[in-house]
Amino acid sequence: MTTTHVAAPPKPRVAAPSGMSIGDLARRPETGALIGTISVFVFFAIFGGGQFLSAGGAASWLNVAAELGIIAIPVGLLMIAGELDLSVGSVLASSSMTVAIVSGYWGAPVIVGIVAALLLGLVVGFLNGLLVTRTGVPSFIVTLATLFGLSGLTLGLSRVITGTTSVALDPGPQAKQLLGTLVAGKFEVAIFWWIAAIVVIGWLLHFSPWGNWVFAVGGDKESARTTGIPVQGVKIALFTASAFGAAVVGVIQSILYNSAQVANGQSFVFNSIIAVVIGGVLLTGGYGSVVGVVLGTLTFSIVSQGIYYTGWNSDWAALILGVLILAAVLMNNTFRRMALSYAPRMKKKG
Amino acid sequence: MVTPLLELRDVCKSFGATDVLTDISLRVHPGEVLCLLGDNGAGKSTLIKILSGVHQPTTGRIEANGEAVVFRSPRDASTHGIATVHQFGGTFPLMTIGRSFFVGAEPTKWRGPFRRFDRKFAGGIAVQEMQSLGITRVTDGDRLVGGLSGGERQALAIARAVYFGAKLLILDEPTAALGVKEAAHVLRIIMQARQKGIAVVLVTHHVTHAMTVGDHFAVLIRGALAADFRKGERSREEITDLMAGGEAMAELEAEIESYTKEGQL
Repeated sequence: MTTTHVAAPPKPRVAAPSGMSIGDLARRPETGALIGTISVFVFFAIFGGGQFLSAGGAASWLNVAAELGIIAIPVGLLMIAGELDLSVGSVLASSSMTVAIVSGYWGAPVIVGIVAALLLGLVVGFLNGLLVTRTGVPSFIVTLATLFGLSGLTLGLSRVITGTTSVALDPGPQAKQLLGTLVAGKFEVAIFWWIAAIVVIGWLLHFSPWGNWVFAVGGDKESARTTGIPVQGVKIALFTASAFGAAVVGVIQSILYNSAQVANGQSFVFNSIIAVVIGGVLLTGGYGSVVGVVLGTLTFSIVSQGIYYTGWNSDWAALILGVLILAAVLMNNTFRRMALSYAPRMKKKG
Repeated sequence: MVTPLLELRDVCKSFGATDVLTDISLRVHPGEVLCLLGDNGAGKSTLIKILSGVHQPTTGRIEANGEAVVFRSPRDASTHGIATVHQFGGTFPLMTIGRSFFVGAEPTKWRGPFRRFDRKFAGGIAVQEMQSLGITRVTDGDRLVGGLSGGERQALAIARAVYFGAKLLILDEPTAALGVKEAAHVLRIIMQARQKGIAVVLVTHHVTHAMTVGDHFAVLIRGALAADFRKGERSREEITDLMAGGEAMAELEAEIESYTKEGQL
């Protein structure tokens, strides 16, 4: 469809392009997430003291945030499109084992191992997407099946091939530099990959015309289909992206720690969903933002790392997270309602 | 005689052994409102699904501008300028007005990899088109669709269809879920679309609404065309009776009356 831009500027009574007032801010999907991030930061800055605020402290939660964030952003996009992906944990484990087995155990060049691991991620994601769109089985079930199936496959094959469940890897200097080094001795290079993902995916979702499709698919699948959007294609692409994100983190972990274990990554299944939901994405789809997911990821990692700086028993971190999830979702609901009921400056009639 | 925009000739539709529609012949002319009346289960939905390409007729044919056509999908129908607006507008509650107006046909600015959604243009056009249908309350294309009233959502969906060149609008029970004022507004929008030379097929079981805007009426009873008449040829009571299946309504009224009399005794 071609849309000509010659049309005269909209004539009557169009609201002036408003700046960022407080009201506008309150109507954005990430407002609740921003409040959450600032609150937990201030909380741990007070109780965690100078150690938490030092570069080392920042590195500890940024490193966690980076790995989680690379997975959470595509998972968030998928959730905006109305689907869940629980399989990321097993995809992470299988990709990290793949690079370790191909390049460590079999001794192939590390680039071959990396490509194999990433391809594996793409294939699993594509299959997830295909299964969900073709069978109509809810993605919760399909990806739960993938989570277990792939985890068993990884464990089984690892034992058959290597005889163990943990494989060492010598990635060599180049791969190390690109994917597994610590910048300034503290900050994982993954942080920069995370930033790259934020920029690219943020652009795709919020500025490219394609992003509109993602919101439409999550908002109302049937209406989206009647407008001619390839609903299935969009979903398959998003499932593929989410598994790819998990595969990238799997590779990063293998190269960073010079080894891979079959049990890697299972914590990412729920952590990614927590980060996305705290970030203001609606679980049922149609609403959310990349900035929100980033803030949700930061909130999660500040809580999970900040607890170590308070001197309290770290057992309590999960309790804080639980309370936080509930509070964040309630707050996000409130802000979403405000956005929905918003009508610009007008007199109320009768 | 002018060639009708769309014509159905002896259309029948059956699902398995069940005949849902039998020998439907209808004509839709530009700038005319055809009201499709009928009780629940009379086959109205099936008929509009045939018009909009969701179902294909079992026998019989469809002609657009005098030429036989086959609508294999809603997309086929929309390339012939047929747009369907459902009861709730079929819009996206959590998207902005501008974004939802242009879903699937996003206007862009800049080029190459930096091609981006033109938010200002989208919002401006959406608001302008809605205002041209008389919705003056909406002035900001960045508002969420979910914040609009039911009538405004209908208007948004109709404005969208008109903007993208619809020649035939199929409105499926647009006033069913609306209050009196809102419904009146939607009827006004229908008249505005009609004035632009657009043909409207209005599906409703609200006889008053139909009589307000309709030029041409078709009443379906159990899948058959029970009556096909122009404005002014039938009275309100006759239409109601027809919809309820002939004499049934009068009998029912008499029966109810006898109950109330018994009650008084």
